[in-house]
Amino acid sequence: MSRGAASEAGGAGTGGLDASRVDIRIDGTLIIDGVDCTVEDGTFSALLGPNGAGKSTLLAVLAGIERADAGSIRFGGAELHELPRRQRARTVSFVEQEATTELALTVRQVIALGRTPYQSLWGDQSADDADAVTAALESTGLTPFAERRFLSLSGGERQRVMLAKALAQDPLLLLLDEPTNHLDVSAQLSTLALIRSLSETGAGDRRGMTVLAALHDLNLAAAYCDHVIVLRAGTVFAAGATEEVLTAELVREVYGVRADVLRNPATGRPVIAFSAPD
Amino acid sequence: MTVVAVVLAVLLVASVTLAITGGPTNITPAEVWGSVAHHLGFGASPLPELRDGIVWQLRLPRVLTAAAVGAGLAVSGAVMQAVTRNPLADPYLLGLSSGASLGAVAVLLLGASVLLPVAAFVGAMLALGVTLLLANSLGRITPSRTVLAGIAVSALASAITSLVIFWTVTGDSYREILNWLLGSLAGARWPEVGIAFAAILIAGAPILLSGRTLDAFAFGDVSAAGLGINVQRSRWVLLTITALLTGAMVSVSGSIGFVGLVLPHAVRLLVGPGHRALLPLSALVGGIFLVWADTLARTVFDPRELPVGIVTALIGAPVFAFLLARRRADS
Repeated sequence: MSRGAASEAGGAGTGGLDASRVDIRIDGTLIIDGVDCTVEDGTFSALLGPNGAGKSTLLAVLAGIERADAGSIRFGGAELHELPRRQRARTVSFVEQEATTELALTVRQVIALGRTPYQSLWGDQSADDADAVTAALESTGLTPFAERRFLSLSGGERQRVMLAKALAQDPLLLLLDEPTNHLDVSAQLSTLALIRSLSETGAGDRRGMTVLAALHDLNLAAAYCDHVIVLRAGTVFAAGATEEVLTAELVREVYGVRADVLRNPATGRPVIAFSAPD
Repeated sequence: MTVVAVVLAVLLVASVTLAITGGPTNITPAEVWGSVAHHLGFGASPLPELRDGIVWQLRLPRVLTAAAVGAGLAVSGAVMQAVTRNPLADPYLLGLSSGASLGAVAVLLLGASVLLPVAAFVGAMLALGVTLLLANSLGRITPSRTVLAGIAVSALASAITSLVIFWTVTGDSYREILNWLLGSLAGARWPEVGIAFAAILIAGAPILLSGRTLDAFAFGDVSAAGLGINVQRSRWVLLTITALLTGAMVSVSGSIGFVGLVLPHAVRLLVGPGHRALLPLSALVGGIFLVWADTLARTVFDPRELPVGIVTALIGAPVFAFLLARRRADS
């Protein structure tokens, strides 16, 4: 199966996502100002920050969907924005927040859209395409839903389908914008556990994907992510290993609330308790 | 899909044949084919000269034009619905047809020295551009705002078209106005067949090859871009081709409504939303539909003739209302 050329071009030691000095303007206003961020190959990082910090904007640019006004975005050593579109779509998948359709598509048909960058204009689905769709259905637990209508599903189920569509793209880099929005607690945990497993082992027998997800919930980031990048007002406020970055002081400075960092008695991961500022 | 396509193709040929036999002079399907064979150089016509003339000079070109116009409008509607993600999009509702009529009438009556289909294409493009600009100025482009803007553009273009006809035509200007605004295939002869089929051939290939691209628009621009589609370029290329197709069809038939809106929805119910099946099947169903709509228009009040747009609106407007009601339930 053809994988993104980015990994092959990069060679050892230059894997992962490496963005430097990225500026993004929208209607002339600087939304992202000189952002540097790296996500190591095969790790799961969270992009954190208050509303309006620029998380979604940055993700869309990292995914190659919008252009940066300055800076470089490399993945596996290759400049992402210089890859041909289809090549880039085989390397990076982007899961937006709450995308929907008016069409009466089945779950399988939606996931099969993820194969678009591998398909010719007219030819039918290849065996690779069918295998990738089956694998994406399985790894997201959607096999029983395959023939259901997308529009008949709940919000959480739809979110899963969009993740499966991204997996069918067979990416090396997976970018997600608020993948747990509107999910109930159990669905939040299972979604993030799935994403984490994708970064560790990838789908099927392949190596792990490089994953960056914008998250609202600091506790979910603390529980599942190796690294966090904290944005504030379009700049990187802090970045690094989750436990080192997510401190009480940082939460107070960035979010303006009092925080106490505890331990989850079941998992041993950090848990942040919030209270109104003193 | 292949089975459905073959069945529909057979139905289209049968419809064309039957539509030629219908009407005041009784002609059998065998005589129709005999006459066609004669004119293609095979054998003598089974019909006397006058009736052979009715088949070859009048009815055959008219029915073939109906088939091509129906196919072109239905495909245009399917493409517009996909690239604007608007289930209410159609060349008629978004003002393209009225713009094309205005372009065509300007050439025919004011004597501008431009080819008729080219003028209609320019009119359709201008109308589409104004509709989208207007929809954009109302706020975020939504399906309902686009249709509202289209109605405004359409009303203006229709009014100017009527005015131009009224000023320049002496005699039965009202019939002329009706033919352009409601559509009529009464004037279709071989040159019209040539224009309509040339447009289908030129626009058909790129449209049929755009199936996967249109599929990728299902979840919007960001999703399509993420799948490797050049969103802006694809959208404008496809809308331009649609305007070309609509312009050519309107230049031979006036602006016939609702074909582009209703038939893609009907075909989706039959085969689902995948565009690689939807586009060719919409063309076939559109052809069949307009052949029969025109046959009705021609024969129901014989010897008087209805503009065919009245027939398509009588069928299409209730369906449009149904689609609107369903949208309300969704949002």
